[in-house]
Amino acid sequence: MSRATRLAKLALLALLSAFLLTPQSFADLFRPFAPGDTPPIYTQTPLLTLTINQLLLVAAATVAASALAVGFAVAATRPAGRDILPFARALANLGQTFPPVAVLALAVPIFGFGSVPTLIALVLYGLLPVFETTLTGLSGLDPALMEAARGMGLTERQRLIQVELPLALPMILSGIRLTAVIGLATATIGSTVAASTLGEVIISGLLTGNTAYVLQGGLVVSALAILIDTAFHALERAATQRSGFGS
Amino acid sequence: MGEPFATRMRPGPDARPAGRILAGLDPMGTVFAGLLSLSLLALPLMIERPNRIAAGTSLMAWSALPAAAALAVLGIVGFAAALLTLRVAPSVRLAAGASALLLLGLAAGWAADHLTPPGDRYSRVSPDAGWWLAFVVAGLAAGDGLARLRPGPGTRIAALAAVTVLAGLALRSGFWDNLSIMREYAGHSDTFGREVRIHIGLALSSVTVAALIGIPAAILARPVPALRRTLLGFLNILQTIPSMALFGMLIAPLAWIGRSVPGAAELGIAGIGPAPALVALSAYALLPVAAATVAGLDAVPGPVRDAAQGVGMTGRQRLFQVDLPLALPALLTGIRIVLVQNIGLAVIAGLVGGGGLGVFVFQGISQNAGDLVLLGALPTVALASGSAVLLDAAIAVSRGRGAERAP
Repeated sequence: MSRATRLAKLALLALLSAFLLTPQSFADLFRPFAPGDTPPIYTQTPLLTLTINQLLLVAAATVAASALAVGFAVAATRPAGRDILPFARALANLGQTFPPVAVLALAVPIFGFGSVPTLIALVLYGLLPVFETTLTGLSGLDPALMEAARGMGLTERQRLIQVELPLALPMILSGIRLTAVIGLATATIGSTVAASTLGEVIISGLLTGNTAYVLQGGLVVSALAILIDTAFHALERAATQRSGFGS
Repeated sequence: MGEPFATRMRPGPDARPAGRILAGLDPMGTVFAGLLSLSLLALPLMIERPNRIAAGTSLMAWSALPAAAALAVLGIVGFAAALLTLRVAPSVRLAAGASALLLLGLAAGWAADHLTPPGDRYSRVSPDAGWWLAFVVAGLAAGDGLARLRPGPGTRIAALAAVTVLAGLALRSGFWDNLSIMREYAGHSDTFGREVRIHIGLALSSVTVAALIGIPAAILARPVPALRRTLLGFLNILQTIPSMALFGMLIAPLAWIGRSVPGAAELGIAGIGPAPALVALSAYALLPVAAATVAGLDAVPGPVRDAAQGVGMTGRQRLFQVDLPLALPALLTGIRIVLVQNIGLAVIAGLVGGGGLGVFVFQGISQNAGDLVLLGALPTVALASGSAVLLDAAIAVSRGRGAERAP
């Protein structure tokens, strides 16, 4: 990352924190977008609370989805699991065609309203990017390297933990990054089924024709997505360098 | 699908056949069979409600179906499950999965007829957890069989067509008319066709707009590093704006353009209606299309470019006769991603008055009517999966038959 973009990202973080901590000091900026005398800043629930709720929801879903997906991918790449590999690939491919909104909508008749259907939809949808990238990472390892690890007398478990997973880590992290960013956007839609996220602000804006609310909800989520994406990119770079294949 | 795994990673010296106990069993099939048995024997098959939103009674397969039908369903699905556990040919696995699917489809119709008192127009019968789980597992088993057959593009399209025709015939015959979701359809049949057309129209036209803008922009910006970084960076940020917010933010400016630019209103540019949805969906589609174009052109081998230059082709000839044809599979992959993505995202249009299947989803959510949500969500999933199969086949054809299995 160049110096300029790093500074821009830091400024974004500072601006976001300032807005979430003292939203009223930004009221004048949003006033032109609020119709008539309506308040320019959403106050029913503090924006900071909604942001924290949304981040917790996305974090819980991302951790659960990543743990499950990495487990599945490891199982599918073991000798005993080789039979299921073509199928698992096809399944991951097909699963990507399920729109997140539809997953959310389908979860409501089964699990009801609130944060639970959103969490479940996020976990289900988040499985696929991590599964796919972990699979690519584990099955794309250099056969010569694996041969060397075997030749050193490492057991299957040691090879997995000390060689395969660390080498696949950058790929796995890129999958987790996708899951987190998609999850952040999907969680916003979760407010249509009464999950407490920043989507609440956007929906309230849509219902009352208050563009100021739509803007602040949208901008906060965008800023969060950009910052999360940046943080994961940094982690990926660190993991690549540690694995010794950094450029 | 890529190259078979086994040829890439040869089994090492310590590779041994999977556990001796499993020697005669197919691991994947055994999982399918276990889940099928669980879903039909331990979970309720159907749920019956006295009216649209009342709490329901869950019924197991044997109480939801007439005795003969229950025996037929449990017997045939059970036999299919038993077949799946064995190491049988892929075509047999496909047949077992497909017949389980067929029986589940029949079971839903039979149960609805059996549970609905004659002439009753209020009671609702819907599939419950067991039916859904069994349906998904049977679908996976059929898909597993199909995947093991390694079908070519033609076969995949034929399979899609067969499923579409079968489902269409069943829907038309009125066999499922007593199911709750079909009752919702009957209540909305006057608008359903229009919303489906709007939905497909939104998805297709937004992808077309994105292709018309994104591909030329990527071709022009690619050779200039600074321009290319700026273009992709800008589109990347555009993608981070949550869809609901982008739809909402566009309402005010489009309403203003519709009011103040002469002729704009006649073109359909207005704050309400499909215009904000179309603009937002096109914006989301730009990044994948532009990124795929850049990646596809980057992947054209240097020697090929040199050769094209060497035989005296002009820049325009190289672009249209060499670069773009070679980049076509990558381009189509980008189009596939955005088409599937936008079919899903078009649901959000229902929230901002843009129409489409989202209308039913959000009406259903606000009325707490799960089956109305399904009436919007199931066709969306079907559209998305169907277009993925079609475009995957197109990608395979564009790669050429010989190259299809190359990495």
